[in-house]
Amino acid sequence: MEKLDDFFMMSQQKNSSMQDEDWDMIIESQRSLLDLRLGELWRYKDLVMLFVRRDFVSIYKQTILGPLWYLIQPLLTTITFTIIFGSIASLPTDGLPQFLFYMSGTVVWSYFAACLTKTSETFVQNANLFGKVYFPRLAAPVSILISNLITFAIQFVMFILFMLFFVLQGSNIHPNLLWIALSPFFVIIMAGLGLGFGIIISSLTTKYRDLRFLVTFGVQLLMYATPVIYPVSSIPARFQWIVLANPMTPIIEAFRFAFLGAGTVNINSMLYSFGFMLVVVIAGSIIFNRVEQTFMDTV
Amino acid sequence: MSVVISVENISKNYRLGQIGTGTFSRDLEVWWAKMRDKPNPLLRIGEKDHGDRDDEELWALRDVSFKVEQGEVLGIIGRNGAGKSTLLKILSRVTAPTTGKIKVKGRIASLLEVGTGFHPELTGRENIYLNGAILGMSRKEINLKFDEIVNFAEVEKFIDTPVKRYSSGMYVRLAFAVAAHLDPEILVVDEVLAVGDSEFQKKCLGKMGDVAKEGRTVLLVSHNLAQISNLSHNVIQLDNGRLVDAGNPDVVISNYHQRNTDNNSSMYKYTGELSGESKCKIIQVRLLRNDRLPNNEFPMADQLIIETQIWAPLQIGNMQFGFDLTTISGIRVAVGATWIKKYNLELNPGLNTLEVKINSIRVAPGEYFLSFGLYKLPGDHHHFLSNCLIFSVIEKDIFQTGYLPTGNSQGLTWFEYEFYYNNLMTMESK
Repeated sequence: MEKLDDFFMMSQQKNSSMQDEDWDMIIESQRSLLDLRLGELWRYKDLVMLFVRRDFVSIYKQTILGPLWYLIQPLLTTITFTIIFGSIASLPTDGLPQFLFYMSGTVVWSYFAACLTKTSETFVQNANLFGKVYFPRLAAPVSILISNLITFAIQFVMFILFMLFFVLQGSNIHPNLLWIALSPFFVIIMAGLGLGFGIIISSLTTKYRDLRFLVTFGVQLLMYATPVIYPVSSIPARFQWIVLANPMTPIIEAFRFAFLGAGTVNINSMLYSFGFMLVVVIAGSIIFNRVEQTFMDTV
Repeated sequence: MSVVISVENISKNYRLGQIGTGTFSRDLEVWWAKMRDKPNPLLRIGEKDHGDRDDEELWALRDVSFKVEQGEVLGIIGRNGAGKSTLLKILSRVTAPTTGKIKVKGRIASLLEVGTGFHPELTGRENIYLNGAILGMSRKEINLKFDEIVNFAEVEKFIDTPVKRYSSGMYVRLAFAVAAHLDPEILVVDEVLAVGDSEFQKKCLGKMGDVAKEGRTVLLVSHNLAQISNLSHNVIQLDNGRLVDAGNPDVVISNYHQRNTDNNSSMYKYTGELSGESKCKIIQVRLLRNDRLPNNEFPMADQLIIETQIWAPLQIGNMQFGFDLTTISGIRVAVGATWIKKYNLELNPGLNTLEVKINSIRVAPGEYFLSFGLYKLPGDHHHFLSNCLIFSVIEKDIFQTGYLPTGNSQGLTWFEYEFYYNNLMTMESK
């Protein structure tokens, strides 16, 4: 035991003489809520890109159609919507060709939906990885945003091609160049909303696994509360506020207005979406930051 | 020498109640019952109600403090559940401590597992980049080391094949190779050396030794005490979440063993129930001197008698009894067995005794473990006692020259030898 005491004494002495030195890293019980370590995330940008690559390469390995699935999915959904909501239910489409109307809604909505559902699985899907090695945990959801952005880009190019086709056919389409220039901004708001909601849910799923089922189901329901299959203008004025309270509504309408020339858009609703996105992203980051430090103890 | 890791009063507390029931509806149910002063509806009958379970805490680590210096290899030992893994998890930032602080200078990389994040569909090449990035390497660093990694893993031919087609050996080699080429200032390693075939293990150990020699700081957890004592400069021992011993590897390891074996280590006694046993049991082992007195200190070259009592449920012929002698750091020094000496051991129902008489102890002074085994056929083992007894061999003037073989440079064993001299040619001395 004497030896042990010596050891501690030595430690103590060292301790006092070391106090002035600067340390590269301090591991503590709780770091401050707003310390998101974004600089560290930037240092791990290679990892983010490799995650993107991994997701992209591995998803369609050993499938016959491979990346074609990126196009088949929205195409089939659009066709289904055109038949059911367009031909059978005869929902209005703001005077736009039904096919383009549904495709724009589907492609844009599916980016948000994919970001939300995939990021909401961050902790559960990566439990094994997170339990063994440290890297900035935000790398996982951020890589999901990026890999889905690629999917979105592919699908959007398909949409543009269809749009050009309809323009050549002489359809009633009036793209608005100013709003098209603004569209990257809409994508950012959408990504932010998906990320924010996704990481809030993923943080909560570490405690309550039921939420996972709610997400798939909830996203589907949310789609009907968003003007994907109907235009805002078709909603009676008394109820429009319900649809407009949904921060995704202005985004979808703005996309339609930019590329097809019909939709209910104004600056205020865009600012509302943007503000909503900021709040969700900040709240999400704080919750995520708090959960990531100890979630291994509960999963 | 400067301190690169300073662990200050680290504690880690797992609150058992904190985990909840796992689903929201059930948490609500429990909460609703509590509001009405009803017992927890989800408890099984007879189970104790833990309520908030504020008192139910598990301290995986408690007030652990130590320092690691630049270039030091620190071994961490302790029984299962002593808190080693929790300590490593905190050091690798997988989970946060409950209280306390760890200050670190330099980049820390941890290997709690090899091949973390390997994706079966990706090729060897892609996995090297992915795994390297997960472990904290940048693309540039991996580019520089890529060829070295591939050579080390011996998978050149298959580098563009998905790793799901790899043999498990290749997979592990590739995974370790990436880890071994990490270049952090501080490396935290958890038993990952126990991978691959023995050839590859040797290579890994060599690599670890190199890493240590390069002056990098290594924290090493292993159950293989021989590894620990070979590689480490200092060892700390954890027990029940507390730091109980620290210092020189041999001293700490020997203390660890003493703590783990009974005080009366010159004798082993089986304390379990025998009725209903269908297998033979070694129920007592004693070490005796040549005057038949029990002892656990034997001078070199003396006689050592291992006296065993074996209980058998029925008449059984051709039993095999074996023993082996290992150093406290786990190196096997000698073995002996009935099958080697073609000794026919026949047991009668009830108690039998078997003695092994070792005529001369031919090992260097130090502490040794004895393990015993009782078999019928290979694979049909009846009773195995691992590290059952500990005894010391003490130095003696074996050649009657007045020289005592003390110190650390004795090797493991010794033999009798003579010198013979002949003069072949005499030259005139000037």
